[in-house]
Amino acid sequence: MSLPLAQEETGLEPGLPLELADERESIKVTGFWMFLVTDVLIFASLFASYAVYRSRVAQAPGPAQVFHYGPVLLETLLLLTSSFTVGIAIWAMRTGRVRMLFFWLAATLVLGAGFVTSEIHDFTSMVGQGLTWHQSAFLSAFYVLVGTHGAHVTFGIFWAVTLLFQVARRGITPITARKLYTFSLYWHFLDIVWVFIFTFVYLGGKIG
Amino acid sequence: MALPGWMLYLIHTLFPADTRRPTELGADVLIIATGAILFYILIIKGRWRHVWTEWITTVDHKKIAVLYLIGAIAMLFRAGVDALMLRTQLALPHQHLLSALEYDQLFTTHGTIMIFFMAMPFIFALFNAVIPLQIGSRDVAFPRLNAMSFWLFAFGALLLNMSFVVGGSPSAGWTAYPPLSENVFLPGVGQNYYLMSLLIAGIGTTMTGINFVVTILRMRAPGMTLMKLPLFAWSALMTSALIIFAFPPLTVALSMTLIDRLFQSSFFTLGHGGMPMMYVNLFWLFGHPEVYIVVLPAFGIFSEVVATFSSKRLFGYEVMVASLVSIMFLAYGTWVHHFFTMGAGPAVNAFFGLSTMLIAIPTGVKIFNWIFTMWGGRIRMTVAMLYQMAFIPTFVIGGATGIILATVPVDYQFHNTYFLVAHFHNVLIGGTLFGLLSGMYYWWPKMFGMKLDEHQGKWAFWLFFLGFWVTFFPQYLLGLEGMQRRMNTYPFGLGWHLLNVISTIGAFGMGAAFIVLVYNVVWSLRYGERDLTGDAWDGRTLEWAISSPAPEYNFARIPVITDRDPWWAMKESGATLANSLSPADIHAIEMPKNTPVPFLLGASFFLFGFGMVFSWWYVAVLGLLCVIATLIYSGFNYEEHALLTADVIRGTEASLGRLQA
Repeated sequence: MSLPLAQEETGLEPGLPLELADERESIKVTGFWMFLVTDVLIFASLFASYAVYRSRVAQAPGPAQVFHYGPVLLETLLLLTSSFTVGIAIWAMRTGRVRMLFFWLAATLVLGAGFVTSEIHDFTSMVGQGLTWHQSAFLSAFYVLVGTHGAHVTFGIFWAVTLLFQVARRGITPITARKLYTFSLYWHFLDIVWVFIFTFVYLGGKIG
Repeated sequence: MALPGWMLYLIHTLFPADTRRPTELGADVLIIATGAILFYILIIKGRWRHVWTEWITTVDHKKIAVLYLIGAIAMLFRAGVDALMLRTQLALPHQHLLSALEYDQLFTTHGTIMIFFMAMPFIFALFNAVIPLQIGSRDVAFPRLNAMSFWLFAFGALLLNMSFVVGGSPSAGWTAYPPLSENVFLPGVGQNYYLMSLLIAGIGTTMTGINFVVTILRMRAPGMTLMKLPLFAWSALMTSALIIFAFPPLTVALSMTLIDRLFQSSFFTLGHGGMPMMYVNLFWLFGHPEVYIVVLPAFGIFSEVVATFSSKRLFGYEVMVASLVSIMFLAYGTWVHHFFTMGAGPAVNAFFGLSTMLIAIPTGVKIFNWIFTMWGGRIRMTVAMLYQMAFIPTFVIGGATGIILATVPVDYQFHNTYFLVAHFHNVLIGGTLFGLLSGMYYWWPKMFGMKLDEHQGKWAFWLFFLGFWVTFFPQYLLGLEGMQRRMNTYPFGLGWHLLNVISTIGAFGMGAAFIVLVYNVVWSLRYGERDLTGDAWDGRTLEWAISSPAPEYNFARIPVITDRDPWWAMKESGATLANSLSPADIHAIEMPKNTPVPFLLGASFFLFGFGMVFSWWYVAVLGLLCVIATLIYSGFNYEEHALLTADVIRGTEASLGRLQA
């Protein structure tokens, strides 16, 4: 007597988008969600620290004095728009329009680069005024929380550039589609984190 | 002749005074001897190619398991020697074999290595060896990531161990509380080593957590619903979930300390509004779940061992699962009990005291279920089962003293005394290490195709078990008499003398047990009883259905699961995997291909870490560039899989006697 054997099927599951239709790639998407969980917790720990350190300004100026709302508004506009453009890029990918995908992904990266540039400029001008993270625990927590987000965006830009090369070489396949899709998840995630930074750090600094 | 300035700088930086003491010089000799032996084997005897293709570049979960196991045993040796040196110092009052600094360094590395570089890799060794086989899968979800995790662990461990002989060891305890761990108080590179090695190994651990969650959620054989999942796999799932949720706060706490030390921020400093207690909160937000990260796998192992060696179905499977899940959730609600004396106030302390006591309920349920499983079973007293049976009373006592410590007013008395030291060794050795050793004896045939000698194993067990109690029971009494933890020596006349002597004798008993254990392993590798059936213990779960060790592809065909103990059910109904496949059943299989990327990534992180430790920014940046280059290379490499042809598989299966003629 033999035991029942499973039918092992390869190939694409019908009715699903390309990046999820291939079993192996779809497992990688699940893995990426798990990675995002860990990243959420990194930011949660940083937000919690910021909440604790917010009032610990020592002899240095507090939130109300150090934040520049002009650049922050610009950064918010750039990043929220880039979340929209990456959405269009994924839609283009799913409908198989490579040139459109390229255009919107590049637009996303330009917006992201604008965001990073503005943030770096903002930070350097703050440091130029003597507001270094050595001055107070509040400034340490601020720079590290917002800076971690900025570093994520920077990493994302370089990541997406390597993806553009891969798509240029291989077109839209289950593998490249999965890579683009996980990038878009990452990008949306950073956008959501920014919403929280904007609300709790910058707007919270205004009221509190 | 005067040396040039840069050479003097290097010598003073790399080999400061505290790396030129007799113990360190002894370690230098050992390292050079080991290096010479490795050089002889790899280069002179030409085994380099074999080691590179079969082991260093491997992505096979079964081989990675072996690598993890070797690492864990080596680290058990290192941290065990640390412990013996500490106990030698404490054996008699007023001893100064070790200086205060040396003593601090040794208890720091003892704790850090035992938790992060012994317990964790030992757990991952068993996860890797067993989980894919138990759930009927050909590998973990992300084989390459799995190898990366291993190499990050290996290079992290290398970095921490190197501190002993190059630059100086960390000395702020395994918890490394600021402000002591800040630059002002410990300006050397020791704490940088601690931070960088844990950050690097922590990335690997987090990836392992992700890997096993996805493996268990997505790669189970058809028919294996979550409520048919073996309990070891359940414990792996809960452990991995804990890892995913617990390691990020640690990463943040360590990074903040690192930025404080290297780049002068003010998180945990005494001035500039810094708050050391924030570190303590973040650390234990990780640290308490970590306790369950290391003990839940042991619970899973015992659940498998007790069912197999009682020849009975596990009692109360559903409740066992429920208690694992509830422990997982409760583990996040108890972290403040590590520092009741912070003075958070009665309400906060009462909450965390009660939540701690609450964990005793699911744990107690599990203890009863293991006993009920044995009840009326045909019990076989193998070494694995002996560890299981020793675990139950040991862990109950460790748990009971935990309840005592969770009682807040009492904790104010016992905080940081030897009562605490005895308690956590009681649960970590009596729970985790007994569990891991039990699992090692139990799954050894599956990993290596031979049994560990039972007679020698029993000697090791009894030495270990008795040595454990002789070591740690006196420490409870010492704690009650007021002996503080981490004191490097103590005066005459406090009544601590005799108890300390006894404790040290016990510690050397455990040292002897380790030697017997290693002898047992080495002897069995040469002369051990080969296991040709694949089912060495009359097992119940799926891993025993295939040959030992499992072929590269694990299952020539994935079976359909219909029972909670699938292999037992098959045996009951007279089915067997031997001779069950006909050649026509076998098709080609795609398997992940070996790659040097994980090793290179680990080495790059090592370079980065080394540069950070000594604040040599060029080295650090070079290391980081290597990391990025490796990742880009990996991203552009699409040849992740290779086809194993049906003929190769037929040949393997036939040679294992598992193919119809």
